[in-house]
Amino acid sequence: MYDVIIIGAGVSGCAAARYLSAYDAKVLVLERAEDVCCGTSKANSAIVHAGFDAVPGSLMAKYNVEGSLMMEALSRELDIPYKRCGSLVVRTESDPREGLEELLERGRKNGVEGLEIIGRERLREMEPNISDDAAEALWAPTGAIICPFELTIALAENAAVNGAEFRFDTEVTGLEPFKTADGDGWLVKTDKGDFEALTVINAAGVYADKFHNMVSEKKLHITPRRGDYYLLDREVGDFVSHTIFQLPDDMGKGVLVSQTVHGNIIVGPTAFNIEDKEGVNTTAEGLAAINQKAGKCVKNIPLNQTITSFAGLRAQEDGKDFVIGEPDDAPGFYDCAGIASPGLSSAPAIGKALAEMIAGKLDLKKNPDFWPIRHGILKPSDLDLEQRTELIKKDSSYGQIICRCESITEGEIIDAITRPLGAKSLDGVKRRTRAGMGRCQAGFCSPKVMEILARELKVPMSEITKSGGGSKLILENLKDGLSEESEGLKAIAKWAADREKAEAAGKEAENA
Amino acid sequence: METTFLTCIMCPIGCNLKVEHEGKNVISVTGNTCPRGKVYGTNEIGNPMRVVTSSVLVEGSKNGSVLVSCKTAGDIPKAKIKDAALALKGVKVKAPVHIGDVLVRNVADTGVDIIATRNVE
Amino acid sequence: MLNYDLVIIGGGPAGMAAAVSAKDSGIDSILILERDDKLGGILNQCIHNGFGLHHFKEELTGPEYAQRYIDMVKERGIEYRLDCMVLEISPERLITATNKKDGIFQVQAGAIVLAMGCRERTRGSLNIPGYRPAGIYTAGTAQKLVNIDGLMPGKRIVVLGSGDVGLIMARRMTLEGAEVLAVAEIMPKSGGLQRNIVQCLNDFGIPLLLSTTVVDIQGKERVEGVTLAKVDEKLKPIPGTETHYDCDCLLLSTGLIPENELTRNMGAEIDRKTRGPVVTKEFETTIPGVFAAGNVVSVHGLVDDVSKEALIAGKAAAEYIKARA
Repeated sequence: MYDVIIIGAGVSGCAAARYLSAYDAKVLVLERAEDVCCGTSKANSAIVHAGFDAVPGSLMAKYNVEGSLMMEALSRELDIPYKRCGSLVVRTESDPREGLEELLERGRKNGVEGLEIIGRERLREMEPNISDDAAEALWAPTGAIICPFELTIALAENAAVNGAEFRFDTEVTGLEPFKTADGDGWLVKTDKGDFEALTVINAAGVYADKFHNMVSEKKLHITPRRGDYYLLDREVGDFVSHTIFQLPDDMGKGVLVSQTVHGNIIVGPTAFNIEDKEGVNTTAEGLAAINQKAGKCVKNIPLNQTITSFAGLRAQEDGKDFVIGEPDDAPGFYDCAGIASPGLSSAPAIGKALAEMIAGKLDLKKNPDFWPIRHGILKPSDLDLEQRTELIKKDSSYGQIICRCESITEGEIIDAITRPLGAKSLDGVKRRTRAGMGRCQAGFCSPKVMEILARELKVPMSEITKSGGGSKLILENLKDGLSEESEGLKAIAKWAADREKAEAAGKEAENA
Repeated sequence: METTFLTCIMCPIGCNLKVEHEGKNVISVTGNTCPRGKVYGTNEIGNPMRVVTSSVLVEGSKNGSVLVSCKTAGDIPKAKIKDAALALKGVKVKAPVHIGDVLVRNVADTGVDIIATRNVE
Repeated sequence: MLNYDLVIIGGGPAGMAAAVSAKDSGIDSILILERDDKLGGILNQCIHNGFGLHHFKEELTGPEYAQRYIDMVKERGIEYRLDCMVLEISPERLITATNKKDGIFQVQAGAIVLAMGCRERTRGSLNIPGYRPAGIYTAGTAQKLVNIDGLMPGKRIVVLGSGDVGLIMARRMTLEGAEVLAVAEIMPKSGGLQRNIVQCLNDFGIPLLLSTTVVDIQGKERVEGVTLAKVDEKLKPIPGTETHYDCDCLLLSTGLIPENELTRNMGAEIDRKTRGPVVTKEFETTIPGVFAAGNVVSVHGLVDDVSKEALIAGKAAAEYIKARA
C-alpha cells in the first residue's frame, strides 16, 4: 500500500514526488515511458516566466509567480543551471499601444517585481538585434531560463534518494476506488500489475483528462497544442541575451527568441491545436510558420544556423487554467492537469502545494532523513586545469572525450548511466549530459555512447534504444539477415539470369 | 555495328567511353585516358567485371575489432556479386590478420580469392 | 608542459602526410594528436576501393591506403597520441588536449598543421519535418556502425542525398542483405561521382530520383516510412508529387562541412564559401605558423589530393620552423 501514487514522471509529477519525499510517506511514480521527462516536459521554451502573463486570480498566476520565486534557490539545491536573464515583451509600431500597459497592470496584480516599460533606445542598447520596428518593451528582470531536462531529472533523482520509488515502462490502464483498512484508497491498474494507494496524483500531461474522467463526473478536456521550435548553434549564442517575447494576441504568446542556459538560441513555438496526443512531429507548415513569425521583433535571426528542430505538446485544458487538487466527487484523487505554459515555471510551486495538500489529508509527518541537496553530474569542463588533472588521475574516464561538440567525457556518461534513475538509452544520456546535443547531432558520438551504454548496462550493443520501447537503433548484427532471399541482391541476380537467358537464346538462334 | 556509351568506373575520373561493338565483339573503345579504361569498356560489353569489397567477422583481436575488411583480389564477373556476398556469411577468421592474407579461397567459384585489407592484431 | 616543433591536429590522411613530409624536410620533433583509437581517420571505415590511383599508382581500399601512411609514420619514428581530443588552441600555439592515458595536457608548438577533416550535415540543418524516431543516420555514422562495429542500422532503406558516402553505403548495405528503395537527390544532378552511380546504384537496380527530397518522416519510435516529393527550381516541394516509401531507415548523405571549431576559436579567418580557413599557397592560415591541410580546408573528392596538399603543408610548416630556429 502506497501513500501516494503519482501518474507521470514529467516535471510536475517529479516535483510532487520530490516535495512529498520530504514527508514520511511511501511514494510511487508510474511512468509509461522508459525515463523521466519524456513528454511535454522535454519540449518547451525552457523559460521561467516572470508571471505577468497569466490572468490575475488564476492558478496559473499564483503558481507561476510562486514557482518563479522558488526556482533560483531550488536550482542551487539541485545543482542545475539557471540564469536570470530577464525577459522583454516587445511592442512593435503595428501593435496596439495599450498592449504593454495591460501586461504591466496584470503583472503588478500578480505580484511580479521589477516590471517597467522601457523605450526604444534602452531596448536597442539591451538587444542590438531588436527589429527596427520595435517601439518599446515590458522589461521583466525576474524572467529566467532553465534546462527542463535537468530540472525534471534532478527533482526525480532527489525524490528517489529520499525514498520515492519510480517504475518506468509502466502504463496506467485504470483507476478504481478501493476500501482499505486505513480508509478509502485507489486501485491503480497498469500493464505491469495493480498497485494500491491512499491517494493518487494525476500528472499525466496531455493524458490527464483521461485519468480524471475515469474518476470524476466533472469532465476535463485537454487539447494538445503543438509548438514547433528551432534550436540554433552556440556559434550564434549571443544573438540575443534576454528572452524576447512578442506582444501576445488572440493566437497566444507568439514566437519567442531566447538564449538557453547552454548557450544556444531557441526560436518558437508555433501553436497548432491537434487531436493526436502523440503528435510531436514537426510539419513543413509549422516550420514555415516560425520562419514567418520569428522576425517580427528580432531582425536577421540566423536560422541557417539551426542544429535541430522539434515539437512539443502543451496540455491545454478547456478552462484555460491549471486544474490542481481534489475534485469534489473523487476524494483522494489529486489533479495536476492542464499544465500548459507557464507549467515549467510553476512546477516547483505546484509540486510543493500538492505535497502539502496530501500531507494534510493523510496527516503525514516530516521525513527526518530528507536531504534536499542533489549533486549534478560532475562536468570536467567546469574545472580548472589542475582540478581536471587530479580528477583524471583518480578516474581516467574523465580524460576521454566522447561528444566532441559539447566536450562531454566518458566519465560523465558513465555517471549518467549509473546514478539513481540512470539513463538507459541514447536520449537518456543526451538529456543528462548533453552528449549528442551539439551541432553534429550525435553523428560522431552515438556509436560510442551506445558502446558505453551496452558495457555499463551489460546488454549487447544491438539492444540499445534511442528512447526505450520500440526505438531500436540497430536491427541486427552484420551478416545475420543476409540470405538468398535478400531483396537488394535479387536485382543483380535477375540481371545475371536475364543475361544468361539472352545468351542461350542467342546461341539457339545461331544453331538454328 | 552498335555503339554503347559508358562511364568508366576504374578510377574517380570516370571517363566517358564510347564502345563500338557487334554483339559482344568489341571493335573499339575511345574516350579513355588510360589502358584500364579500354579493358573496362571491353569487359563491360562482353562480361562486366567488378571488385567486391566487404568485411568478415574476426575473433581474438587485441583491440576489440570485430571485423576485418576485405576485397576480391581481382575482378570477378558482375554476375557473381551475389554469390560472393553470400559466401562471406558465416566466415569467421582468427586474428592476427594482415593486409593481403587470403581469407576465402576461390570465392563463389570465380577463381579469385578474398583477401584482407586491414591489419587486425 | 610539452614542447614540440610541430604538432599536427588529426591523424587521418592529411595529418599523417603532413607529418611524413615535415619529417623528411628535417624536422624531428613532431607530435600527432588523434582522437580515434588508431591512426587513419575516416579511411578506416571506407572499406571500398578507389583510393590511391594517383598517389600510389594502384587501386587501394581505405584501410590499405591508411596503412601505407601509418607504416611511413612508424618507420620515421614520428610520435603520436591516440584517443586524444584537442580542446583548445591559443593563437600563440599553446594546445590543450586530453586523453585517458596522459590526462589533460598542454603542448607548446613551434608550428601547427590543422588536419581535423570534415563532418556531415545533419537532419537539423536540412530542416526535414516529421517525427524524430530511431533509424535516421548520416551515411558516415551508418558506415561506422556497419564497417567497424558490425551492426546493421537498417534493412529497408531510403537515402537522402547522392553524395559519394551515400552511394557507397547504398551498395554496402545491399551487399549485407538490406534493400535500398531509392536515393533521393534534391538537386537536378547528383553530387556523387558517376562511377559510383554506375557501380553502386545501377548495378543493383537502385533508382536515383533527382529533384526529389524527403518531406515527411513517419514512425514514433522507429522509422516506419518516409514521404518523398519532387521539388521545383527553387527546391520547394511540389504539392501532389508525394510518394510514400515503407522503410525502417533513412540515411542522409547531403554534404560534408570542414570541421573548424578549433580553427575559428583560435581566431583564424574562415572562408565563407568553403567554410575552411583562408590559406596561402603553402597552406598557412591567417595565423602565422598555423597551417591547414585536407578536408579541414575544403572538402576534397579524392584522398590522393588530400595527401598531395598535406605534403606541401608539412614541408611549409618545416620551412617555417627552420626559419625561426
